[in-house]
Amino acid sequence: MLEQIINSLNGFLPETALIVSMLVTIILDLIIRKKSVVVTAVGIAGLLVSMYFAYLQIGAKAILFSGMVVVDPFSVFFKMILGLSTIFVLLFTTVSKEIQDSTHKNEHVYLMIAMALGAFLMASSVNMLMMYLSLETVSLTSYVLAGYTKRVKRSSESAMKYIIYGAASSGIMIYAMSLLYGFTGTMNIYETSIFLSKVNLTGNPLIVISIIMILAGFGYKISSVPFHFWTPDVYEGAPIPVTAFLAVTSSAAGFSVLIRFITNSFLAGALVQNGNFVVIPGVNWKEIIIVLSVASMILGNFVAVWQTSVKRMLAYSSIAQGGYILLGLSVANQQGLAAMLIYLMAYLFMNLGAFYVLILIANKLDTDELIGMKGLGYKAPAVCVGMGIFMFALSGVPTTAGFVGKFYLFTALIESKLVWLAVVGLMNSVVSLFFYIKVLKYMFLMKPEDGSTQKLQFGAGAYVIMLLLAVPTMFFGIYFTPLVRIAEYSISMFGFR
Amino acid sequence: MIEFKLLGIGILSWMTFLPVLGMIVLLFMPRSAEKYIKYVAVGFTALLVVLAAVMLSVYDPSKAGVNTLSGFQFVEKLTWIDIPAYLWDGRIKIEYFLGVDGISFPMVLLTALISFIGAIVSFSIKRNEKGYYVMYLFLVTGMMGAFVALDFFLFFVFWEIMLLPMYFLIGIWGGERREYAAIKFFLYTFFGSAFILLVMIGLYFSSKDPETGLHTFNMITLMDPRTIPADSLLGALNVTWRLIAFVSLFIGFAIKVPAFPFHTWLPDAHVEAPTAISVILAGVLLKMGTYGMLRISWSIFPDGARYFMVPIAIIAAINVIYGALCAMAQKDFKKLIAYSSISHMGYVMLGMASLTTIGINGAIFQMFNHGTITAVLFTSVGVIYDRAHTRGLNDFGGLANKMPKYFAVLMVAFFASIGLPGLSAFISETFVFLGGFKNEFIRTVAIISTLGIILNAAYILWTIQRLFFGTLPEKWNELTDINPRELISTVPLLIIVIALGIFPSYMLNLMTTSVNTLVNFIWGIN
Repeated sequence: MLEQIINSLNGFLPETALIVSMLVTIILDLIIRKKSVVVTAVGIAGLLVSMYFAYLQIGAKAILFSGMVVVDPFSVFFKMILGLSTIFVLLFTTVSKEIQDSTHKNEHVYLMIAMALGAFLMASSVNMLMMYLSLETVSLTSYVLAGYTKRVKRSSESAMKYIIYGAASSGIMIYAMSLLYGFTGTMNIYETSIFLSKVNLTGNPLIVISIIMILAGFGYKISSVPFHFWTPDVYEGAPIPVTAFLAVTSSAAGFSVLIRFITNSFLAGALVQNGNFVVIPGVNWKEIIIVLSVASMILGNFVAVWQTSVKRMLAYSSIAQGGYILLGLSVANQQGLAAMLIYLMAYLFMNLGAFYVLILIANKLDTDELIGMKGLGYKAPAVCVGMGIFMFALSGVPTTAGFVGKFYLFTALIESKLVWLAVVGLMNSVVSLFFYIKVLKYMFLMKPEDGSTQKLQFGAGAYVIMLLLAVPTMFFGIYFTPLVRIAEYSISMFGFR
Repeated sequence: MIEFKLLGIGILSWMTFLPVLGMIVLLFMPRSAEKYIKYVAVGFTALLVVLAAVMLSVYDPSKAGVNTLSGFQFVEKLTWIDIPAYLWDGRIKIEYFLGVDGISFPMVLLTALISFIGAIVSFSIKRNEKGYYVMYLFLVTGMMGAFVALDFFLFFVFWEIMLLPMYFLIGIWGGERREYAAIKFFLYTFFGSAFILLVMIGLYFSSKDPETGLHTFNMITLMDPRTIPADSLLGALNVTWRLIAFVSLFIGFAIKVPAFPFHTWLPDAHVEAPTAISVILAGVLLKMGTYGMLRISWSIFPDGARYFMVPIAIIAAINVIYGALCAMAQKDFKKLIAYSSISHMGYVMLGMASLTTIGINGAIFQMFNHGTITAVLFTSVGVIYDRAHTRGLNDFGGLANKMPKYFAVLMVAFFASIGLPGLSAFISETFVFLGGFKNEFIRTVAIISTLGIILNAAYILWTIQRLFFGTLPEKWNELTDINPRELISTVPLLIIVIALGIFPSYMLNLMTTSVNTLVNFIWGIN
């Protein structure tokens, strides 16, 4: 037992690095006792070290801690995505007025690292208990982060809503897991799959009910309809860097655990044949995912059209984007899985970028309302052009990474003969264009209300961070070989044949 | 396969990306040099005309192109995306593949010409010139790229990126309801391209290159019936799917043409767009729809083209007659020209629906002629609007004496638009109708659409009467005649109109071999 734990520690280096850097930042915060970039820098350094360890794990496949977590290309991929997005969000906090002006000192740094730790574990856990625990780690830290600016009323309100909703949905999830445990006698997802393949499930509602209830837990992390009700309010109330963190990091972690859980627990023994998943008869998760995905796309996009706050609009757009990503799971094959990962990579850059530009704008204008952005394109041209790139990427216009992501998703759908679903997705992107472009309409097509053309100044650092997001968004749109190669390599999961 | 390189880069790449180079130059121009921005932009578009002239001198009209790679000219073929195969996901290969044949070459010439003219017309833009010309040049790249791309994916990319600058050009520099017009244009076309994307992906997975055994986006390979196995999604056995795919593609392209009932964005976009953008829109952008049909729908789905020729001809006839009737009802000069474009694009579609050499020849020739003629017409609308700040036809009268040179320019353009013998559109319209009469299935429809000619003459003559004859209202006593810059942007086009009216074979020779091949291909005659 002890020996196995010691052996496992080797494969646990990325997480260990996170724990260490979390502790270091806490101690540093205590020593410095005021707001400091140093703490953020140390935090970022810790994340980089952790990502380096994750990088060293490429190619490895191992099971750790008696079947609690695994190391495989899939988890390494998500560790990279999660680490990278956390680094970006930490960078955002250095420019965000909301964070810098808050009464707190550097708590956000180690809270975010703690959340990254939970997210790392979500990406690699293969035991339902572990999944639940890591999901709760992420949730608990995000409750705190959502209410980070405690003096702001709507921030505290959003944290409260988030807690209530989160507690309810994770309660439902753990209940469903206990149901599943009672039926199968195991918490390990591989053993679950072996057990389920052996018994006759036709006409047995238990599995479907527990899938739906477990999806309540995962679905709330990826803010998929109908588990999305917290999203708009929390996204609107939380400080923007935290919103970005929830929209990208937390939801990517949600996807990682969802994909692993669904694909590993509910596939028959041979798992994959010619790239298609072999679903256990009687387990209709494909249909459930299709319903969730279509509902998320339609609700997210159509409600986003009516929003007047960009932040709230991005919240609904995140719901819709989650719906697009779920499309990849509904085809139940390797190609769909790869498309999901490609989309997630694109989503990382474009969605973080959109939130980042919003931070810059909100810093200067103290508002995230569309009406306040009238004619902004003439006052802050570079930033608004950046916004243009991210908006077009999110709506899936070619030569941006967003198009590549959508292209691969629809490709997977059409090859699986799910043409109607592709049509639904495409029509949704037409709708989404309407509200994404509305931001640009206010920025460029309308004249400033006060008629002033005073240019807004941003520091060089602000532009550098924007370029770090905008350049990959464009580059991967034009040359997407790397995205596809990475995704194809990373769909390989432990125990997946 | 003719290749032509300058500095090691193929001439089509130059044609496509020279405007991007211009964009970069403009972006880095210092504030002190701002008054030269427009000249730089004109310079870059003038280079396009020079390159087009060079291409014209080298172009070999005896080569067919269409479905044979060896028949294409100025071909450039490089690998863009090449992702080796995984077991479950075939090798993905997208090529940077450019080339022209008789179908695209007239369009390339037109694009170069109209871009140049449009840049001169744009001199009336006074606000934020740098942004304007950057967007303008970006638009030129998109248009040129779409006409020369032979890889479906590449074509789609150009087709889509064209929308972005157009949105801003209408939305920022447009008229009163510019925001509405811009978003309407964007959403309509984006909606259409969603269908094109679906068919593109469907075709890709149905295809199997007979030589390499891989999926392909290569349009020329896709035309080869051997490429699409009969039992694949869009294979010959799945007749229904093939017809659905044809209709989807048709909707995607028809929105751009614009064909009835997808035409409602056009009057709005035209009325709100600045003059130069109207020129580009009518002169080049609309042709992209009909070009796309010929290049992709007709060639890859010849069965669909044969199956749907009567409905398409009917849509074309509706376009011709309904467009003309709408034009007749307009009081706004620009809106009238916009509706006349709908009517004239109907002729193009009628010629294409005839599936005869003479009809399609007429259609392509009409595309070119409509481009040159409406460019002059829209510029003329801009001329009067810049001076009078109104386009209401009923506000004018008796301008013939006040603005004699303007009168002369507009008369030639108007008569060309009616299709007066001796001017280029006469030839193309005649060819279109000859094609329509030759195809017995659509003969009735073609006969009905000849009514459009009369209606066309009616509203044009009435417009002339309202503008130029009668008495001049007091308030227009101060109007000045057309100035030299405006003459430069109209007279060369009129010279082309007259020259092609007298010697149409110059243009027809460029395309006829290719069109012949295309028609034989559609009817399965080798």
